[in-house]
Amino acid sequence: MALRDWPIKQKLTAMLVLISGLVLLLTSAAFAGYQYWSLRQATRDALSIRGRIIAANSTASLAFSNEADARELLAALRADQHIVAAVLYDKGGHVFAAYPAHVADDVVPAAPGPDGYRFERGLLIGFQPVEEAGSQRLGTLYLASDLGVVYDTFRLSGVIGLAVLAVALLAAYLLSRVLQGTIAEPILALAETAKAVSTRQDYSVRAPKLGDDELGALTDAFNQMLGRIEDQKDELQRYASDLERRVEERTHELQERNESLRRNAAELLAANSELDAFAYSVSHDLRAPLRSIDGFSQVLLEDYATQLDEAGRESLHRVRAASQRMGTLIDDLLKLARVTRAEIRTEDVDLSGMARDIAAELEGATPERKVEFAIAPGLKARGDTRLLRVVLDNLLRNSWKYTAKQPAPRVEFRSADANGGQAFMVRDNGAGFDMKYADKLFGVFQRLHSAADFEGTGIGLATVRRIINRHGGRIWAEGAVDQGATFYFTL
Amino acid sequence: MNPGKILLVEDNPDDVALTLRALKSNNITNDVVVAQDGAQALDILFGPDGKGPVERDLPAVVLLDLKLPKVNGMEVLQRIRADENTRLLPVVILTSSDEERDVVEGYSLGANSYVRKPVDFVEFTQAAKQLGLYWLLMNRAPPAPRRP
Repeated sequence: MALRDWPIKQKLTAMLVLISGLVLLLTSAAFAGYQYWSLRQATRDALSIRGRIIAANSTASLAFSNEADARELLAALRADQHIVAAVLYDKGGHVFAAYPAHVADDVVPAAPGPDGYRFERGLLIGFQPVEEAGSQRLGTLYLASDLGVVYDTFRLSGVIGLAVLAVALLAAYLLSRVLQGTIAEPILALAETAKAVSTRQDYSVRAPKLGDDELGALTDAFNQMLGRIEDQKDELQRYASDLERRVEERTHELQERNESLRRNAAELLAANSELDAFAYSVSHDLRAPLRSIDGFSQVLLEDYATQLDEAGRESLHRVRAASQRMGTLIDDLLKLARVTRAEIRTEDVDLSGMARDIAAELEGATPERKVEFAIAPGLKARGDTRLLRVVLDNLLRNSWKYTAKQPAPRVEFRSADANGGQAFMVRDNGAGFDMKYADKLFGVFQRLHSAADFEGTGIGLATVRRIINRHGGRIWAEGAVDQGATFYFTL
Repeated sequence: MNPGKILLVEDNPDDVALTLRALKSNNITNDVVVAQDGAQALDILFGPDGKGPVERDLPAVVLLDLKLPKVNGMEVLQRIRADENTRLLPVVILTSSDEERDVVEGYSLGANSYVRKPVDFVEFTQAAKQLGLYWLLMNRAPPAPRRP
């Protein structure tokens, strides 16, 4: 397992043990180095003191060439087991006495070296001049000591050091076990909590806070974050359920509305077919008696004219006029009903051309009337050709009719501006109307003029308005009595 | 039925009287056979229960109302056009209705003409005159089918 994958507890322990081990090792190394150096110094000092003592003691032996004395003196070095060899040279540099008695030649130099103590070939050697106080030199003392003292002491120090190291490492390990908890525990708790959150999607869990240090702050922040997430999740859930509920409500509402629309449509369909049947019946049955009334009145007028006086004939004429007016009324009502039922087929309509056709038709039907038509060219709209023709026919025919008593009749058809949109306008200089009654203009059977002044059924403008409304447009009028009338409409 | 006769299919006696008067006042003196409903019209043309015609010859023109008791005008027209002997017989629909669907259906079923009865009797008389002149005098009738 790679180091980075170690559990944090092990990492912490390893770190602590490693650091304390390293510190101990460095300290021990420094201490050992110092001890080694000072031990060597001390050993050299001790050997040089011993050398000086022996040298002082051996002056007599050398001065008198007493070899036995000298050998005895050297033999006393037996007490120090570390002395490997000791040699006394005479003035000429020849070996005078040696210790031990049969010392190996390779240990004993043939002639004395320079004075002084030094480490050589794993030994501490020293050449000490032997002199009488204040007089000439008598010889040289050679001493060779192994470094056993140094090594023994050093070995002991090493063992102690290792023991200390082991104890210290154990202590560091144990201590780290205790201390790591303060760092690792909160982290482990955080990790545990995070795991619980991610696996169970449970945002209600909280990490325990184990202190007020940075980890404590981290735990707090983590818990706050969890709290916010939990709140947001709750809110989201609320929204979601709210949305679901609203969607359900809307769906229900829509279903109800659809249902009621369907019912309305069915009712409308039923009403329409009833209207159809009614209109059909009116068309057939209501007109039949009228034909009889008119027809037989005519028969009376033709066959019995001589037996009737003027008043009788006048009455019959009135009967005929009334039945014919009723015939017209029925026809107009049927037209109105048809406009309501008719299916609208939208196409491009040339209103100018249509208006010119109607004007020509009117002029053709009553050539004795002279009306000035001012029809703007190029007026176009989208709508149902037949129905829009009914509109223009009604409006232009009205203008034609109501300008009958005007000496210079003029009828105008052009476009106008209506709140920024396009409107069409039919204007005449005829009888006009009182604006007080403007709202009654478009009502069924509503007339602002007596039949004696101007004929009419009061259905034409109602039909016009119905057509305009069915095109999604608007119609309104302006006028004044004897000042003419203007009808505006949009599509 | 002699050639040049008119078969008037009309249930309203007032209309029958007025039509006859209008024809007469226009000096159209052809015989007019009146059927008071669709069934009677079919009897006259095809014989009761389809057992052959009552009269040997077909009329020069049929003036056919639409709204009739028992069998309506459209059905009568359908029967006339479906029968080998009468499929070329001139039929003029003469009715109160100016409903577009009636006009369309009438022509679809093979009517030769569609005339709406005006309320104004003077106009009606004019219409009767035009009809008589056209169908009885001007129009070249289809050749009479041979009958067994």
